[in-house]
Amino acid sequence: MSTTPASTTASPETGTARVKRGMAEQLKGGVIMDVVTPEQAKIAEDAGAVAVMALERVPADIRKDGGVARMSDPDMIEGIINAVSIPVMAKSRIGHFVEAQVLQALGVDYIDESEVLTPADEVNHSDKWSFTTPFVCGATNLGEALRRISEGAAMIRSKGEAGTGNVVEAVRHLRQIKGDIARLRGLDNHELYAAAKELRAPYELVKEVAELGKLPVVLFSAGGVATPADAALMMQLGAEGVFVGSGIFKSGDPAQRAAAIVKATTFYDDPKVIADVSRGLGEAMVGINCDTLPETERYANRGW
Amino acid sequence: MPSTPTVGVLALQGDVREHTAALEAAGVQTCPVRRPEELDAVHGLVIPGGESTTMSNLAIAFGLLEPLRARIRGGMPAYGSCAGMIMLADKILDGRDDQETVGGIDMTVRRNAFGRQNESFEAAVEIAGIDGGPCEGVFIRAPWVESVGAGVEVLATLPDETIVAVRQGNLLATSFHPELTGDHRVHAFFAGLVRQSG
Repeated sequence: MSTTPASTTASPETGTARVKRGMAEQLKGGVIMDVVTPEQAKIAEDAGAVAVMALERVPADIRKDGGVARMSDPDMIEGIINAVSIPVMAKSRIGHFVEAQVLQALGVDYIDESEVLTPADEVNHSDKWSFTTPFVCGATNLGEALRRISEGAAMIRSKGEAGTGNVVEAVRHLRQIKGDIARLRGLDNHELYAAAKELRAPYELVKEVAELGKLPVVLFSAGGVATPADAALMMQLGAEGVFVGSGIFKSGDPAQRAAAIVKATTFYDDPKVIADVSRGLGEAMVGINCDTLPETERYANRGW
Repeated sequence: MPSTPTVGVLALQGDVREHTAALEAAGVQTCPVRRPEELDAVHGLVIPGGESTTMSNLAIAFGLLEPLRARIRGGMPAYGSCAGMIMLADKILDGRDDQETVGGIDMTVRRNAFGRQNESFEAAVEIAGIDGGPCEGVFIRAPWVESVGAGVEVLATLPDETIVAVRQGNLLATSFHPELTGDHRVHAFFAGLVRQSG
């Protein structure tokens, strides 16, 4: 068979909102895993991760070590980029747009402007529209999510409390975001203006969410997922995918746990599958009770 | 076949919701496919965009790879966008060493061929057989078709001749994501293939 194909015309355009948000759409139903070495990145890829987050220390170690947590060493990020074929994300500090510029120059696929690192600016987040590389940002409620989107975030993750192995804050934040959206759905046009003021978010975005019944970008869950059932819980609560940080490589058998969390995320509504994959996983990460965590050690309070 | 065929969307991972919405706009019923018995019930299948290594991995783990191959050998229409194009390729380049595809289209596809996310782009694409002007092509860490066998029809190329859409019989594949645009002509074209195959 041979036909003469028609060819394209207009010149290609990179860094558009559709290309940035569309990238996150491709990650849906998947698990993004924190990794600190190329070997861990390979384990994550083999287990079926849709992307990896390259960082120097997982949040549990950042908690333990204390001090200022910064962007990772470029050599380390490049080592991970070269080790795997799946997308690689990396974290910049909140408001540290130069770290973000460096990550863009390194060719990472997504930048996480993350509360897990020590904030560099206590007033401003980075202007994410000015980058070609898309950004994901954390949020604890709808207003925060919409402020990040108005700054150019192309993907949102509920914050949870990273490095605790405790899913309670992830549940709280995802329920808050979903609940806030559900409340908007019940408002009429007159009420949306006041809602926008209350949410401290642009009216246009508030109106869009009220009409769509969802965020205009993909919503993942993060911060405390440690087991296959945790991942499935977040999916049943309405997350479109999950980030797993310390939960995998701080556990007894990372390769098996990683694969189990991937399967439980796809079959989040099938308790038989979740039961099967949960067998014989060995030790989960130890975990921290969030209610004993001092306010100053709560990462979710960072960003606004 | 009933007058309104059911098209499955492989729902192991990826932009399932967008394909589902585009198919419904094109007038077919849809259902997510994660299990062999769900595959048995559909008249055609869309393999969505997403991460091909993840899909391949899960298809093997849940016993779906061989049933998928059998249905495609049996003539079931299938359409793959991006990762779905990789899944429908007989041969792939730059995949994981042990990455399996479903196959069906006699072509060699290169993964992430255009580069990383910073190189992801939008461009207008004229597709042979689809009237009404060019489609908006959204290419995200997209694959391209490196070479095709004699039985494969090239439906679209970029100005530099890169092949980005192909058809072989009832199988259709695009490097780009029509499901991310409001333009449902590619899905309508595929729905037509499904209706005709009955």
